[in-house]
Amino acid sequence: MRPPYQELLEVCILPLVDRVSVFDFFTGMGKTLFDKVWERHLINLEGHPAAPKPDENRHLIYIDLHLIHEVTSPQAFDGLRLSGRQVRRPERTFATMDHNVPTKDRDKPVKDPISARQMEYLKKNCEEFGITLYDLNSYNQGIVHVIGPELGLTLPGKTIVCGDSHTSTHGAFGALAFGIGTSEVEHVLATQCLVQARPKTMRVNFKGKLPKGVYAKDMVLALIGKIGTAGATGYVIEYAGEAIEALSMEGRMTICNMSIEAGARAGMVAPDEKTFAYIKDRPYSPRGAGWDKALAWWKTLKSDPDAKFDAEVEIDCSSLTPQVTWGTSPGMVAGIAEKIPELASAPDEVTRSSWQKALAYMDLAAGQKITDIKIDKVFIGSCTNSRIEDLREAAAYVRNRKKAPSVKTVIVVPGSHRVKEQAEAEGLDKIFIAAGFEWREPGCSMCLAMNDDVLEPGERCASTSNRNFEGRQGKGSRTYLVSPAMATLAAIYGHFVDAREEA
Amino acid sequence: MKPYEPVVSHIAPLDMANVDTDQIIPKNFLKRIERTGFGAFLFYDWRFKADGSENPDFSLNKPEHKNARILVTRDNFGCGSSREHAPWALLDYGFQVIIAPSFADIFYNNCFQNGILPITLDSMTVDSIFSMVKENPALQFTVDLENQQIKPAGKPAIPFEIAPNLKEKLLKGLDDIGWTLQFADRIEAYEKALEV
Ligand code: SF4
Repeated sequence: MRPPYQELLEVCILPLVDRVSVFDFFTGMGKTLFDKVWERHLINLEGHPAAPKPDENRHLIYIDLHLIHEVTSPQAFDGLRLSGRQVRRPERTFATMDHNVPTKDRDKPVKDPISARQMEYLKKNCEEFGITLYDLNSYNQGIVHVIGPELGLTLPGKTIVCGDSHTSTHGAFGALAFGIGTSEVEHVLATQCLVQARPKTMRVNFKGKLPKGVYAKDMVLALIGKIGTAGATGYVIEYAGEAIEALSMEGRMTICNMSIEAGARAGMVAPDEKTFAYIKDRPYSPRGAGWDKALAWWKTLKSDPDAKFDAEVEIDCSSLTPQVTWGTSPGMVAGIAEKIPELASAPDEVTRSSWQKALAYMDLAAGQKITDIKIDKVFIGSCTNSRIEDLREAAAYVRNRKKAPSVKTVIVVPGSHRVKEQAEAEGLDKIFIAAGFEWREPGCSMCLAMNDDVLEPGERCASTSNRNFEGRQGKGSRTYLVSPAMATLAAIYGHFVDAREEA
Repeated sequence: MKPYEPVVSHIAPLDMANVDTDQIIPKNFLKRIERTGFGAFLFYDWRFKADGSENPDFSLNKPEHKNARILVTRDNFGCGSSREHAPWALLDYGFQVIIAPSFADIFYNNCFQNGILPITLDSMTVDSIFSMVKENPALQFTVDLENQQIKPAGKPAIPFEIAPNLKEKLLKGLDDIGWTLQFADRIEAYEKALEV
């Protein structure tokens, strides 16, 4: 699907911008946050006989932190063994198990023998290569993008990679963080570096204040709806503006998390006092003199006032409404008060046919009201929305009510052990359980349904995760992406309702 | 990785935008710990019906499109998860060349790690390839990377662009790790200078 916006970008904006940036190069204009982090991590290849030519756009960048999990790493370790290579800096890689771990009966052996084998393999690989692993029973276990920040591994200005596309989450701290494939996982293990083309930069300015009942998830869904799922392909996005500054770190993570759903390589937010307060005294964050030194540098990590971006997008948050996806791609999204668009309003033929296909799959009709969509199950969790703030947001909407009888199950899956513990300390688990929701052990769970948490064919699920692809939550499953507030209300009413009315 | 050799084949059409990696290789098949054997599961939920029999309506299952080594599709192919199982499955099934108006970033990179050539062409040209295939599904195309062109038998060649280093990587079957390790002293110098 080519969003109309992209046309504008390519035809009107980009040609202009290119000229401007060449000009900037000679006049020494300001740098973006991305430029600052990128340039700090470039390996100097100048004068080396094998160095790429200047016009090749091929760079070697140093990777500060590498996170791995059970699904995308086994073949990388095999590759190392085959070529007799070692892990260059084992202390810079951390492993956890999240993708296919069970979220209940953790004291029993893992039922699915193939999942168990994958986890066993990760354990063996970590032992062999000297990598720290937070396994199923570790206090530090959780979804890789939840534990990185909460352990203080994720810090401003770092380069962070993981064999998982939602690595962009860590950009909320002003890190340059992105997902890589398994061959690149092997590359980082062997060299602690990556070969990269320098991406372009886009700034998304979220101006104004969010209305009550509208959250970070709605901001990012609205952005994807506006620029399309390929709208930011080739770019690193910097999120800025009043509404971003007002967000908690959890909210910023939600937005950076879904950068990939807009096609972006990464998303970033300049670190500020909230960032520093979040990081302070985490298990791996620097201490004492190390902290002071780091902090001085972190404070420089923001785009200079005269920095130029290759593209700029603006979204007015004061008029934003709760968002609900109705199709099979995150860009197929509408406001809660809207209707599913008519096919005739599609901008082009390819879009029209993908809408048509999506509506058939979702068993919905064009023109149908979003509030009329009935829900069978609800999933509150995933690396997008499973942090403490997300759970507080969900719990706040329960208000002593119970899930609707028509809703079969509601599962709440905290992002990590630490989140789970915190939520229990605040009594959130009790609120959920009293409402008839299930309170589970941490993991990816129904975000990709690799464990037992799977939808039946045809079931409709209000989900706080990030992808509504065909079959994502089980064969024939129908996913509606929403904020934790909207998911909770859907659980209580059995259909979508406007969170603004209950805020 | 084997060096890329010109591919001569008919083209299989997949007329859909935003084909995501969850469709290319559904997650139930990600639990293998090998790199091989994923072809059997390519587009599994589209290729097969619930009872496991082949879905005759799915484009790749049509007899005239079978055994194609070139796939033509629409915008944003390979979006979604970073799973390299997607290119592994495509390659294992037999596809060496994929033509689309745009590709998702990580998928695009992953292709080059595995000897698959992703070709980006403007939508109009992709449209005309779809029409050629529709008119004559048996039409043979030669994808010549060296000269950066797709040559339909008996018709004018279609040129394409590709970054020189990526082209070289495929043509020589180069391995990124080997390339990077040439700079081991530079990496060490970086680590020393920044005390990392
Ligand atoms: S929660 Fe979902 S998107 Fe996030 S890492 Fe796990 S599977 Fe990937």
